[in-house]
Amino acid sequence: MAARTFTINDQLVSGREGETILEAARENGIYIPTLCHLDGVTSVGACRMCLVEIEGSRTLRPACVTQVVEGMVVHTDTERLRNYRRIIIELLFAERNHICAVCVANGHCELQNLAIAIGMDHVRFDYAFPVCEVDISHGRFGIDHNRCVLCTRCVRVCDEVEGVHTWDIAGRGADARVITDMRQPWGESTSCTSCGKCLLACPTGAIFRRGATVSEMERDPTKIAFIVAARDQRW
Amino acid sequence: MDLSELIEIAEHERASRRSIRIRCCTALGCQSAGALSLKQRLEEAATEVERQDIEVIGVGCMGLCGNGPLVMVDPDGVLYEHVRAADAPSIVAALDGGEATAPLGDPQHPFFTGQKRIVLEHSGIIDPERIESYIAAGGYQALYHVLHEMTPADVIDVITRSGLRGRGGAGYPTGLKWATVAKSHGNRKFVVCNADEGDPGAFMDRSIIESDPHKVLEGMAIAAYAVGADQGYVYVRAEYPLAIQRLQKAIAQARRLGVLGAQIFDAGFTFRVDIRVGAGAFVCGEETALMASIEGRRGQPRPRPPYPAESGLWGQPTLINNVETYANIAPIIRHGAEWFASIGTETSKGTKVFALTGKIRHTGLIEVPMGATLRQIVEEMGGGVPDGHVKAVQTGGPSGGCIPATLLDTPVDYESVQRVGSIMGSGGMVVMDDATHMVDVAHFYMEFCKDESCGKCIPCRAGTAQMLHMLDVIRAGQATPADLEQLEQLCLMVKETSLCGLGQSAPNPVLSTLKYFRAEYEALLNHNADRATTEP
Amino acid sequence: MAVTRSQRPTPESAPHPSGDNRFRLLEAAMKKHQYRPDALIEVLHRAQELFGYLSTDLLLYIAHSLHLPPSRVYGVATFYHFFSMAPKGQHSCVVCLGTACYVRGSAAILAAAERHLGIKAGTTTPDGHISLETARCLGACGIAPTVVVDGTVTGHQTPEQVLIWIERLAQMVE
Ligand SMILES: Cc1cc2nc3c(=O)[nH]c(=O)nc-3n(C[C@H](O)[C@H](O)[C@H](O)COP(=O)(O)O)c2cc1C
Ligand code: SF4
Ligand code: SF4
Ligand code: SF4
Ligand code: FES
Ligand code: FES
Ligand code: FES
Repeated sequence: MAARTFTINDQLVSGREGETILEAARENGIYIPTLCHLDGVTSVGACRMCLVEIEGSRTLRPACVTQVVEGMVVHTDTERLRNYRRIIIELLFAERNHICAVCVANGHCELQNLAIAIGMDHVRFDYAFPVCEVDISHGRFGIDHNRCVLCTRCVRVCDEVEGVHTWDIAGRGADARVITDMRQPWGESTSCTSCGKCLLACPTGAIFRRGATVSEMERDPTKIAFIVAARDQRW
Repeated sequence: MDLSELIEIAEHERASRRSIRIRCCTALGCQSAGALSLKQRLEEAATEVERQDIEVIGVGCMGLCGNGPLVMVDPDGVLYEHVRAADAPSIVAALDGGEATAPLGDPQHPFFTGQKRIVLEHSGIIDPERIESYIAAGGYQALYHVLHEMTPADVIDVITRSGLRGRGGAGYPTGLKWATVAKSHGNRKFVVCNADEGDPGAFMDRSIIESDPHKVLEGMAIAAYAVGADQGYVYVRAEYPLAIQRLQKAIAQARRLGVLGAQIFDAGFTFRVDIRVGAGAFVCGEETALMASIEGRRGQPRPRPPYPAESGLWGQPTLINNVETYANIAPIIRHGAEWFASIGTETSKGTKVFALTGKIRHTGLIEVPMGATLRQIVEEMGGGVPDGHVKAVQTGGPSGGCIPATLLDTPVDYESVQRVGSIMGSGGMVVMDDATHMVDVAHFYMEFCKDESCGKCIPCRAGTAQMLHMLDVIRAGQATPADLEQLEQLCLMVKETSLCGLGQSAPNPVLSTLKYFRAEYEALLNHNADRATTEP
Repeated sequence: MAVTRSQRPTPESAPHPSGDNRFRLLEAAMKKHQYRPDALIEVLHRAQELFGYLSTDLLLYIAHSLHLPPSRVYGVATFYHFFSMAPKGQHSCVVCLGTACYVRGSAAILAAAERHLGIKAGTTTPDGHISLETARCLGACGIAPTVVVDGTVTGHQTPEQVLIWIERLAQMVE
């Protein structure tokens, strides 16, 4: 594939044709924050954390779905972007009920890590305090909607990698919730194979392993990409 | 079907016409005011007097919907307003010198004379439920001409030179869009008509479909020929049952006559049209969401590129245009690009249909040349506010803004309206008077956007909820000046970071009211409120 | 992928197509679309027309027929506000809250209706008689404010007029 040379943050980098800005940045050791992106499944450009500035473009572009173009000039860490990323994280904290101190994912949570990386020490918005369910009907896993950021990583991994499409989103807007089958308790889902891929994929403590206690749940979401790579090689 | 048959139908239709025609509007507005029973009474009354020179026909919207049911009597051009079924005999009797009991309307009012009708040329004149009526008005001849005498490239060239821009809101040059789809490669191509008309307070597209459905179909067929598509979809919102019904009828009639379907006009061109009914989601007016909905999925937008012109329905090149855009096509083909380009302004050609509503004397549909000023539309044609003053005019619906009375001399074209902080939008124009509080208006639109956010991207999903909450706090008199500043910050952020047009424009009503009516916000602020921030 | 899907057992609760004519009509609608998954929304429209609302069992039935995962069908049905997951009242009163109606006082109409019926918009009276709903523009803005009473659009409404409609509905007994 043809090479594409362009600049990110005044650094000359090279990427391959068809590659996204995010992929090229990572290969060149440049960090761009992400949340809904997960290696191994389709990118949806939904969380907007990875937005970057491209000179000559009127709008901000999501790095996870924007392909590199020869000669483009990309900025990933401007004042404006830092400000917006902080607001995104604040909006997420205010939208549901995140009580990190008692969360299984405390210390291993992508949302928390982003907050720290961005330096978000307090939330300037009023909290919405919605009423959210916790479903522990499944024998091995649970889902706590208080911590869900609606990234749809679970939906995509279950559909694209495990191939059963147990998860989807019900409702819309602020009322949207991830659901299993007919919005029935996860334990009663007839499609779930209990493979645990959604647990691996979830960036927060929303999907958790039953029995895990505070701060205990370490997961490695890069495993999804390994699974996909291994599967693709089999064919 | 060939040209001579088409002309024969037209001539037969014209020959069977009677000299006195009582036109009764049967579009939604007048139907809701009792037009169907009125039409029946008119027919009965005409039969009773035993005159062979009178006919009663149901027609589409005449424009002045607020004064419906409307009846117009040709050839004298007498207009009756607020007609009750009981008035029917007297209207027929008036033909013989009697006196009609229904109030007389004034067809010479600027509301009518200020218009330039291209899109609405047949609206209120032909019978939308009979294809012969459309053919008698010259219908489907443009399609015949295109199929037999023009190459697809010629068609695109005409549309490009006409300067037509999309009427769905964004004003993208139509010819350019067609050229892109024509150039794209795919196994199949699709043509989609966006009749989702989500702006609450706008009804141009509904009215066009109810009054002249074949015009839209003809425009779509010409577009399909130009871009190389063989299948079309009209995506209509479920709230428009009458429009859906008339469109179904129109498609069936067109198919029967062979102006839709296989081998149209024996020119080796096939084009089928199906209707897809929406299900109550404003965001489905956004093109990528609309396509997801046609594919039977949740109507959630996706990032562009790829644009539908390259990868649309089922991954194939897809042309999406608005109802009014398609309705302009046949006239442009008939009269030529130069004719169309001579109407309107430098950058905005042709006319625009507006739904004039709110606190205004004459509510209804009007079509004016681009560049007409808001003052002409609101004060001269619409007759101004009944008792009070115009405070602001809202254009563009939830994506638009409020233009204050001081800027009423703004010409209505894409650029000028944008310059004053609103957008042309699809044509909704809501007049507000002194009694309207602008913070309430901003709140109204924000609530709408929050309810309609699809929830996919965080800035729109959580941002609209948060902005609505902040407006609640302001309206409750508990906000500080710092809160107002934060609201503005959030508006800018949501505008710049949201995935689709809904989120990108959701802050507009707040930003535009802040720009022109900031004092109304400030009057609600509480300088002593103590609102601490929260730790995570 | 297809394997796991077809292995999914038919839940016992799924209604049996035989015995209810409405299922035959629904089946015909699906057949017309050749059971294509992309006809889901068309099929849901038909199902709601036939059954009045979309029960979980009905959705499961549709999911199986169109070979779609249940969660996808549920996700689509709950995305669109036109689809109702609960039975509606025998009569309906829909108050338009679109911009044109709002500017002409539809909020007062809705408030009067809510007070009179003692229920909130979007709900049905406890006896299942009247559902009070709202709409975002019916396209009849020229005659704003508008209210739809049992499917009939009426224009130029006032709170007083709407209460008369509601009283009339209340007096209709099946
Ligand atoms: C939230 C949202 C709602 C929209 N609603 C409509 C609509 O109801 N009708 C319409 O024609 N275009 C609507 N659009 C614009 C369409 O996405 C698209 O630009 C348009 O249909 C293109 O047609 P045109 O080029 O003929 O204007 C909407 C856009 C957004 C972002
Ligand atoms: S455990 Fe596996 S099959 Fe079950 S929901 Fe999660 S990803 Fe899907
Ligand atoms: S449960 Fe986890 S993976 Fe699924 S949407 Fe919520 S946060 Fe994302
Ligand atoms: S901007 Fe709003 S409507 Fe558009 S994708 Fe984002 S959440 Fe959905
Ligand atoms: S990571 Fe790119 S938008 Fe979420
Ligand atoms: S609906 Fe009759 S005039 Fe518009
Ligand atoms: S706003 Fe109520 S009918 Fe359009």
